[in-house]
This record gives sequence, C-alpha cells and structure tokens, in this order.
Amino acid sequence: MMRGNPLLVFACILLAGLILLALFGAALAPFDPQASNVARALQPPSALHWFGTDHLGRDILSRVMVATRIDLLIAASAVGIAFLLGGPLGVLLGYRGGMLDNAVSRVVDMLMAFPMFVMAMALVAAFGNSVANIVYATALINLPFYIRIARAEAGRQRHSGYVLAARLSGNNHGRIVLAVLLPNILPILLVQMSLNMGWAILNAAGLSFIGLGVRPPMAEWGIMVAEGAAQIAGGRWWPALFPGLALALAVLCFNLLGDGLRDLLDPRQRR
Amino acid sequence: MRLFRSRSAGAWWLYAARRLLAALPILLGVTIFSFVLMRMLPGDPGSYFISGPNAGPAEIQALREHLGLDRSLPEQMLIYGRELLRGELGYSLGSGQPVARDLWIRLPASLELTTVALLLALLISLPLGVAAALRPHSWIDHAARLLSTLSIAMPAFVSGILLIYLFYSKAGWVPAPAGRIDLFIGEPPRITGFLLLDSLLERNAERFSAALAQMILPAATMALFALGPITRITRAGMLASLGSDYIRAARALGLPQSRVVYGYALRNALIPVVTTLGVVISYMLGANVLVEKVFAWPGIGSYALDAAITNDYAPVQGFILIVALLYVLLNLAIDLLYGLIDPRMIDSGTGAP
Repeated sequence: MMRGNPLLVFACILLAGLILLALFGAALAPFDPQASNVARALQPPSALHWFGTDHLGRDILSRVMVATRIDLLIAASAVGIAFLLGGPLGVLLGYRGGMLDNAVSRVVDMLMAFPMFVMAMALVAAFGNSVANIVYATALINLPFYIRIARAEAGRQRHSGYVLAARLSGNNHGRIVLAVLLPNILPILLVQMSLNMGWAILNAAGLSFIGLGVRPPMAEWGIMVAEGAAQIAGGRWWPALFPGLALALAVLCFNLLGDGLRDLLDPRQRR
Repeated sequence: MRLFRSRSAGAWWLYAARRLLAALPILLGVTIFSFVLMRMLPGDPGSYFISGPNAGPAEIQALREHLGLDRSLPEQMLIYGRELLRGELGYSLGSGQPVARDLWIRLPASLELTTVALLLALLISLPLGVAAALRPHSWIDHAARLLSTLSIAMPAFVSGILLIYLFYSKAGWVPAPAGRIDLFIGEPPRITGFLLLDSLLERNAERFSAALAQMILPAATMALFALGPITRITRAGMLASLGSDYIRAARALGLPQSRVVYGYALRNALIPVVTTLGVVISYMLGANVLVEKVFAWPGIGSYALDAAITNDYAPVQGFILIVALLYVLLNLAIDLLYGLIDPRMIDSGTGAP
C-alpha cells in the first residue's frame, strides 16, 4: 500500500522520530535544557554541542529535543478539540439541513478565509499567555475546517443506502449522527487533522515568537527562534536556524502525511 | 470591455452591489466580536496606565470614568458603535494619539509590503505553475513541487530571519532590517504613503533605491510564503483545463500552441487561482504581524502587537476592524474578478463558484 509513495514513507519516518522525541526527548537530551553557563555562551556548533549554545550558554540540541513535546502537545490538543467539537456538529448540521445549516455554513465560510492568525492573537492577548489559552485559541480557529468538511460529507451521504437502512432498523437520529454517519466520515476528517496539525504547529510557534504564547525560559521552538533572531545581526545563525528547521520539519511531516493519506483514500485526486 | 460585450452594464453593477451587501454582516460580526473580546481582558487599563507613585484609588477611578469603563457593557458597546460610525476608533493609551490616525499613518507601510510581496509571488509562481503543468514529471515540475512544499512548511518568521542572515549579516547586500527607509535619507513627501510610489512621483532615484533596498527582504519573505499555494493551484488548474475537450478541439482546429495555452487553457485555469489568491492574501494579512516584527516594519501589524502586549484595547480593536474591512474589500474584488474571467457568474449572482 505504501510502495510507490516514497513521500508517505518519509513522512511516517519523520512522524516516528517526532513522537519518539516527544516521549523521550528529555531523557535522550545530552544536556540539561535549562542549565545556563555564561562562560560557554554563543558557542558555534562543535563536537560537544552539536547545535551550538544560545546566549545563556544552554545547549541548543537539548532544547530543540525537549521542545518537541510542548509543540506537538499544543498542536495535537488544539486539533483534537477542534475535531471533537467540529466533527459531530458538522455531521449534525449536514444531516438535518435546513435554515440553521444554511446560516452556520455561511458563517463558517466567512470565518475560513478571515486572517485567523489575527483572531488567535487577539484571543491570547485577551485571555492571557498560558498553554491552555494557546490551545483554545488554536482549536477555535481550526474549528471551521471540521464543521465544513463534516457538514458537506454528511449532506452528501444522508440519503445513501446504509443511512436509510440504519433508520429503518429503528435507530434514532442521535445514533445515526454519532454511530453511523460520523464513523464513515472519519477517514476524511483524519486527513484534515493531519493537514491541520502542521498549521496548528505554525500557529502556536508564531504566537510564541511574537511573545503571545509560551513564555521563556521554557524550551519551545517559536521562543527559541525569537531568542535566536536577536543574534542574527551579529552573524550567529545557529540559535535561530536549528529550532526553525525543527519547526519546518514537523510541519513538512504532517503536510506530507496528510497529502499521502488523501491519495490513499481517494486515488482520483492524486496529483 | 471585450468580456462584457454581451452583458449590459446594469447587470454588472447589480452584481457588484449585491456582493457588497452580502459582505456587510461580517463587518458587524467582527465589530461585536472584537468589542466583547477586548472587554474580557483580565487587566484593567485604568490601573495599568496609572503607575505613578501618587496614583491612589481616586485617580484610577477618575481615569476609568474618563475612559467610560465605569458604564455597563451594553452601554459601552452602543457608545463604541456610535463613535465608529463617526470614524472614531478611540485613543491609543500607549501613543496618546487617536487610533484612527495611527492606523492611517501606518496602513500604507503594510499595504505596500503586501502588494509588492504578492506581485513578486505571482511573477514567479504563475509561469512556474504553467511550465510545470505543460511538462508533468519533468525537472521543472519536480522543482515547482519542491519549492511549493518548502514554501508551505517554512514558517515566515524563520525564512525572514534566515534571509536577514544571508543577505545582511553575511553578504551585506541590503541595509539593516529596521524600518522602511534609511533615516538619513528620510521619507519622501507623503502623497500615497507608498514609499516606492512617492519617491517615483518625486523623481528621486536615491530615495527610491533606498526604499527598495529595505523592501526586498520582507517582501521576499512574504512572497516565499505565498508562492507555494499559488504554484500548486496554477499547476492543478492548468492540468485540468489542458486535459479538457475544448483544448482538444482547439488543438484539432490547428490553433497555435501559444494561443491554446495562454488564450484558452490559462483563462479557464485562472478561476481556482483567483479563489486561492483570496485565501493567500487573507493569510498574508495575518502573517504581516510576524514579518513586520522580524523586520521592524512600521505597519499596522506591529502597532497592534505592541498594543496587545500592553493591554491597550483600542489599537487592537482598530486593527481587527481594519483587517476585517480589508478582507471584505478583498473578497469583493475577487468576486468582481470572477465576473471578469467568467461572465456566467454575473448571471448566477452568487460570486464564488
């Protein structure tokens, strides 16, 4: 199944690496990610410090490894919440149809194209910089995607044979939405989750980068890039480059995964 | 115009007016949203902006009354709405200036950056997408795919910092990433607020090149981020239209290749491109905040960011409203573009396909 799709294989290997780092990053890291040593500040990459050290002399490799957990956790929780709320809601709307469905889908269409990062920025500014608030803000701006997709699919499938059969054998509407339609739409939603993971990672790191997300001294890729940005003018590239690359690789992984899964699900859309 | 040969001008205006009306509810929604959101801020600006040693509860209360914070929320909302209709966006507590004025001064910086970046992205991605679709699985197709994959995965703030490192710190080809123009050269007299345009109007080559030098890196950063989606959709749209019956008919009639590709295939491929363009520009409005921070660009994004960090309500509200307004205008422009590309849209009156 995976043969002939080397990109999907590559994405799966990357994913395995990311999950490994998220679970055991702290144990695998060669140094304490918070241990500062001003005497060894801003050392370029060497045999001892593979990714160099930052302005406080902390080992960048260790910090990049440890940060995997918080970055993936924020993105996964946000996408999970958006899916759990948006999926059933979208199915319900698509199954029922009617005025409410029309109204909600108009709102969702408008929200989809609104500059969502601005929305997330305002939300986190309003409710305060905490990990929970970043998760909620990111979840909220992901919500429209799930409502829209679930609604469109449910609307298309509600008259299909298996739904009618379930109705005829005495299932109520609630059961049809949750136990009959939702599982059949799950694969499409999963593809969307994978694509949104990349976006959610970018969003959370972007918020931290502008100072509206996770706070220092916590090791997080967006903060590390922001701290590294201060060193760039002085020609020191390593404090910003490595966390930036980690971010890009994580986003790339989920994007390729989503593309690959979509190709598997629907070979007609294969480019 | 040739495109409207068979249409009456009235139908077109009716279409435009209907699209404009359909866009109004979002402005109302965003206004209420931003108002309610900003009033939920945990910090009290009354106590935030009085931090002098002599400030007692009485002074804080006086400031709260001055700002209208002692009234009920619906009352505040009504006052806010009335002020908005008069073009008042309130005062920034940070700068002490009216927010409308601050935003008006800073808006051209953001618009100029976004426009230049978009033009740059289109200049590269449209030909690249067409070339990739004309020769699928060739080296150029693979290059286009690689570029768009990287462009989508790379955070704008990371690519911006890397560009600064390469072209400022290392090569020294561009001036320091701070602002829109070298302070010693100074801004041209403000006509449009677009420095490139104003310095051209002034026929001042030195100012033009100074503004251009500051513009290159931030514009390239934003363009890099817009490249991916546009290239992808151009390629997909071209592949679809090149494979269609009317292209086969055009070829069978012996039309020259350039006429087939640019006259027929590209025009039909443009509709999905324009749709994507709307989403990309809308994301660029959001990414502006990040890019403006990286390059110390004095636009509306960095203004709102500074305000958001210091619990300054009015600038953040004003920023959200102005982005919403830009977004509405953008969607209107896109709907009208649909009408230009495909006159059938005017008849159906629905805009987006």
